Amino acid sequence: MRENLHRFFRAARGAGVRLSPAESIDAMRAVSKIGFSDRDILRDTFLLTLAKTQDEKRALGDCFDLFFSQPEPPPSPENDNSEAGEKADQAEQNPGEAAGGQPTEGIGALAQMLLAQDRNQMSAAIANAASAASLFDIRYFTQRGIFSGRILDQMGIGRLRDDLDRLTGTNPAVAERLAMATEALRDSVRETVSQALLLYGREEAENLRNEILRNAPLSRIEPRQVEQMRALIRQIARRLRERYSKPRKRQRRGHLDVRRTLRRNAAWGGIPFLTAWKRKHRDRPKIVALCDVSGSVARVSDFFLLLIHSLHEVVDDVRSFAFSGHLIEVSDILESKTPEAAMAEIMSKVGFGSSDYGNSFADFENEWMNAITPQTTVIVLGDARSNNLDPRADILRRIGERSKRLVWLNPEGRMAWGFGDSEMPRYATFCSVVRQCATAKQLERAVSDIVATYQ
Amino acid sequence: MADHRPLASIEAVESGLAAQGYIASRQIATAVYLSQAIDKPILVEGPAGVGKTELAKAIAAWRGLKMIRLQCYEGLDEAKALYEWKYAKQLLYTQILKDKLGEVLGGAETLHAALAQLHDFGDVFFSKEFVEPRPLLQALEQPAGCVLLIDEIDKSDAEFESLLLEILSDFQVTLPELGTITAVAAPTVILTSNSERDLGDALKRRCLHLHIGFPEQKLEERIVESRVPGISQTLRKQMVGFIHEVRTLDLKKLPSVSETIDWARVLVLLQASELGHEIVRDTLNVLLKYEADIEATQPQITTFVAKASRQNVFG
Repeated sequence: MRENLHRFFRAARGAGVRLSPAESIDAMRAVSKIGFSDRDILRDTFLLTLAKTQDEKRALGDCFDLFFSQPEPPPSPENDNSEAGEKADQAEQNPGEAAGGQPTEGIGALAQMLLAQDRNQMSAAIANAASAASLFDIRYFTQRGIFSGRILDQMGIGRLRDDLDRLTGTNPAVAERLAMATEALRDSVRETVSQALLLYGREEAENLRNEILRNAPLSRIEPRQVEQMRALIRQIARRLRERYSKPRKRQRRGHLDVRRTLRRNAAWGGIPFLTAWKRKHRDRPKIVALCDVSGSVARVSDFFLLLIHSLHEVVDDVRSFAFSGHLIEVSDILESKTPEAAMAEIMSKVGFGSSDYGNSFADFENEWMNAITPQTTVIVLGDARSNNLDPRADILRRIGERSKRLVWLNPEGRMAWGFGDSEMPRYATFCSVVRQCATAKQLERAVSDIVATYQ
Repeated sequence: MADHRPLASIEAVESGLAAQGYIASRQIATAVYLSQAIDKPILVEGPAGVGKTELAKAIAAWRGLKMIRLQCYEGLDEAKALYEWKYAKQLLYTQILKDKLGEVLGGAETLHAALAQLHDFGDVFFSKEFVEPRPLLQALEQPAGCVLLIDEIDKSDAEFESLLLEILSDFQVTLPELGTITAVAAPTVILTSNSERDLGDALKRRCLHLHIGFPEQKLEERIVESRVPGISQTLRKQMVGFIHEVRTLDLKKLPSVSETIDWARVLVLLQASELGHEIVRDTLNVLLKYEADIEATQPQITTFVAKASRQNVFG
């Protein structure tokens, strides 16, 4: 049973529950007290000891149901209501006639079992063969065929084939029944393998998919991947939060703050009874983000805004502005709505125009220039393609002078900067940093660097 | 009548808590049973008013143990949670013992000899007599064990969590001047949180994580039955049904179990025999705590009342 528990823990990790060895030890201890007799209690026990949040509880519950719906290697017929078994059962019942009195001498064990139509025995046999074929090491969906083959070999499919050939000559009725049962067997083995893949392969598959997604250009991902990308961005946000939401004051030991000490001890004629020490104050980042939402840049802006706005613990104050032809403030829309709804509203207000950087910068300078303080980092996200209109680089210079840093994130590759109507080289002279930002990975790096300058 | 025998079973927990008027769901009972069986604290999360604090009280009452409560708030520190030196007492004793000190040191010729003699007496003034135990230390010192309730841990600072880690995993604390103090009898520790901020992984890892949500209709009816015995069965069913309907709305603060109980009391006081539009409208402010919520619910009252009584007929 211990073996089974370990497999369950692995499956749980695959389902996205973060499990440390210590937690699995606790769960084992708890299970040893509870026993395996009542499945509901066992489920509650795992939920209590392993899962740490509501989401994890849900994931773990699903994983538990899936895992224990599988036939377990040691036969436990009473709570075996697996789908695979059900299916096999139905298929086996189709032949109709009872097996009584048929000549079944001289055929292999597997054939006998198939003819006997004992469902419990069947699923136990499949489970045993599965563990002998180490089905639990399955990682990728491409391995399904191999593992099905191995399990069938373990169960003695070779002998079954021989029996089938022989019976076709001698006893066609039994042979037909056996052939049908064999089909059913193949089905249930395939089912078992798919289920195992779902349980044990998920972790690897997810890692692989995330890795691909991280390096995919944001502007060109397909609509069906948008949801996955949002999840990935949230994951990145969590990572950044964990790394940077540390306390902000740090004592500089041993440096006397003379001014504060004198002031505090004024009542004693300046004799320093109470000392005050210097502190280093670390600001939380203040961010003003200007995002181009025209055409191909829109997608990137979408993810960027989502990331910036899920950094509450790390960032003190975010003000976001969106522009294409003109510029509006969008902080409130983003705070009050779901990402999808917010983006739709922003798009309906300013999206789908041709971008005019000069005009948008002018809008910003006229209304919101005072949002920039010497502690502010200004981030401009855009491809700097201004359709040959006046780029107004002078405004960008003034923004740069007022702020702590001016960062430009460009979704285009460096090769394209300066070609066609790109004004990037002209803008770049006034920016503290210019970097390419086309994939989730680059986005994470860029935001992480911005936040790190405040630490 | 402190009861130290290991708990017999989950059913025993359920019935024991029920005897104190706390109707526990299966999951809660399992959590309490497990926390005893493998000596782990329980971290209870859930919306306000679903009986997180009540659970600790019920356990204490049922097992006949003392309950020690530590209410967390921003700025709570070691001195208020763990221990403090009785500074005034130390001062007073030095004054009183001044003459005695003279006697003790009288024989010493030099300063060094006097110091050496003083050292022989050890740290008299930093001994246990001068420690003022705060809730955490008190909990460890209870000879019969106790129920330690650390309430609203999410309100405290992140640093305070680290302070708790030693207590939660090993039931001991280390005081620099006195050394390590281990619990006489391991206390039952319950931590509650309203999820105002995410707790650290280190803290979560040391606890059983129990989420109490709003109870199912049947369970809530049993809770009302146990808390407000005077209420008739039909009214009970109707009002719980009504509250479940209200919870499907998008409100600022959903009514929780404590509001259900309050409302049941109010209805009994007003001698209502059946749920009607009038009485619901007049007493809605017991159930909902925001003006906006009440306004949002007003137009739905008639439908909900109808639904609740229909349900009553069939269920």
